Amino acid sequence: MKTTYREAIRAAIRDALQRDDRVFLMGEDVGAYGGCFAVSLGLFEEFGPERIRDTPLSESGFVGAGIGAALGGMRPIVEIMTVNFSLLALDQIVNNAATLLHMSGGQFNVPLVIRMTTGAGRQLGAQHSHSLEGWYAHIPGLRILAAATLEDARGMLWTALQDPDPVLIFEHGTLYNMPGELDDDAGPVDITAAAIRRPGTDVSLITYGGTLPAVLDAAGQLSAEGVDAEVLDLRVLRPLDEAAVLATVARTHRAVVVDEGWRSGSLSAEISARITEASFYDLDAPVGRVCSAEIPLPYAKSQELAALPSVERIVRAAREAVGRSG
Amino acid sequence: MTGKPAHPDEAQAGLARHLLHQMLRVRRLEEKCVELYSEAKIRGFLHVYIGEEAVAAGVLETLEAEDAVVATYREHGHALLRGVPAGAILAEMYGYVQGCCRGRGGSMHLFDAGTRFFGGNAIVAGGLPLAVGLALADKMAGRARVTVCFFGEGAVAEGEFHESLNLAALWQLPVLFCCENNLYAMGTALGRSESQTDIALKAAGYEVAAWAVDGMDALAVHEAARRAVDAVRSGGGPHFLELRTYRFRAHSMFDPERYREKTEVAHWQERDPINLLRQALETAGHLTEAQWAGLQSDADTEVAEAVAFAEAGTPEPPEDLARFVYSEVHSEAHSERGPE
Repeated sequence: MKTTYREAIRAAIRDALQRDDRVFLMGEDVGAYGGCFAVSLGLFEEFGPERIRDTPLSESGFVGAGIGAALGGMRPIVEIMTVNFSLLALDQIVNNAATLLHMSGGQFNVPLVIRMTTGAGRQLGAQHSHSLEGWYAHIPGLRILAAATLEDARGMLWTALQDPDPVLIFEHGTLYNMPGELDDDAGPVDITAAAIRRPGTDVSLITYGGTLPAVLDAAGQLSAEGVDAEVLDLRVLRPLDEAAVLATVARTHRAVVVDEGWRSGSLSAEISARITEASFYDLDAPVGRVCSAEIPLPYAKSQELAALPSVERIVRAAREAVGRSG
Repeated sequence: MTGKPAHPDEAQAGLARHLLHQMLRVRRLEEKCVELYSEAKIRGFLHVYIGEEAVAAGVLETLEAEDAVVATYREHGHALLRGVPAGAILAEMYGYVQGCCRGRGGSMHLFDAGTRFFGGNAIVAGGLPLAVGLALADKMAGRARVTVCFFGEGAVAEGEFHESLNLAALWQLPVLFCCENNLYAMGTALGRSESQTDIALKAAGYEVAAWAVDGMDALAVHEAARRAVDAVRSGGGPHFLELRTYRFRAHSMFDPERYREKTEVAHWQERDPINLLRQALETAGHLTEAQWAGLQSDADTEVAEAVAFAEAGTPEPPEDLARFVYSEVHSEAHSERGPE
């Protein structure tokens, strides 16, 4: 069937609500408004205000309430409008959700799913555009997912709800309108492994989330130049599927990491370090990186585009890795 | 400060003696903790509740087994009176695997699933949203349970306090908020940190039924908590008690107490909740010398046995370090199974 990334997530939420009475959705404007990005549109009418629960603008309060409800036997889906706003709930996510199981000696697990939008590309300025999922990927106790395809938008949620521990799902804001075909019986997907989105032999382009479309475009362009790029979608940012990263590098001997986050102290730095630690002798070139400019993201379209990883920059980095100036 | 508690009548005598015993158990355990800290058997931060025992004793006495308790980092007494064995509490402070959290949490992070004791939260006000969520789960599941959330008056300055009271009232959740107002957020006096120092008034601003209670009078605390818990359990929405109390000891073992006068401490110690209740019982003829000696001896024996239990403990093996970062029971995880 024809669908979009937004509709695939909505189908996943509806499915979860139908399958399990313990599931409910909670967040700012998820109900009467229909969702800030219209993800939950229609669900309020379908499931009612108890299970599609509008909250006040109290990120720490309602994320903490989600943790408490999970402890109390429910399976909450908490929506936070953007990752920038999630910083207001950082205490609950980092100090409670991620620690309770370990700190209690294994007594209290937190089966909570938090969904949030991340990323730039919509001229929303420096307080709605950052890619901070790499920060969350730093925290032991959390599982961090980035849905880059319709299959993952449709399938990650239910599997995440079966996880006994807290899972954060990042949805890139530019993907919501992404159209495509999805199997009618599309359902839950694995949430432990990275996926090869395009096999290749010359260079590994390692990415996740919102930059996957640009990376695939770049791979197409490189193909026309005779460079066969493999595209690895990380999907799971924590715990990292390190084996998949090392395996692609073992095949191609060259890697470029593409991450919309900033380069310093980042997820791309982590991937690069893991490759260097474990696969140094497999490498025929230094690990390259394409990240966002290290600035608070600007509003103006030309400036925003200049700050973000582009097809052109990805192609250039791949050419450098394979030793072609292009 | 108010006057002496009323002489308990015959009907209350049994309850009063029980509350006295409960307070004494906490007092003796914590006096031993301080001693063990000086001997370096316990490390990290240690915050004792000495002086505030009437609050935990009075409130927790009103709960049922299926209710939930969320507490702070000054929670030894709450854990003990909720039913966590003294030995498991002390072993936790020793950092041993026999502790209630395998030595992972220490003094500030006591948890116990069996008694629905949800910590042990060392981020001031961080426990309030959890309590709201636990109560939300109960309400959505149609269970007549109560979640009691303890926090200090310092938490009132945090956003999570305001967010949580609003959510609880907005959604009419079965939570009893218990503010242990000991007048100091670590070393900062209430009047130096809050423009409005009437805490019950703040709660009332969120349409939460709120009362201020003499937190040095165990029977008064018990009576207020009983009424509040009954109201919460019967669907009356969140309630709030401001329990006016005082911490006799330093904030932690690293506190030189520069911020308050010794005379102020001495003044409050005249209203030691254990002495007050003991005197009231004795005056009314409800506590004999032998009974008082028996309560003390019980508490001393419990502490001695707890020390022996902790002393015999063993550290968690280093190879277990990474256990429980994620759940070990993955039968549910990553499967595509339907709901239970």
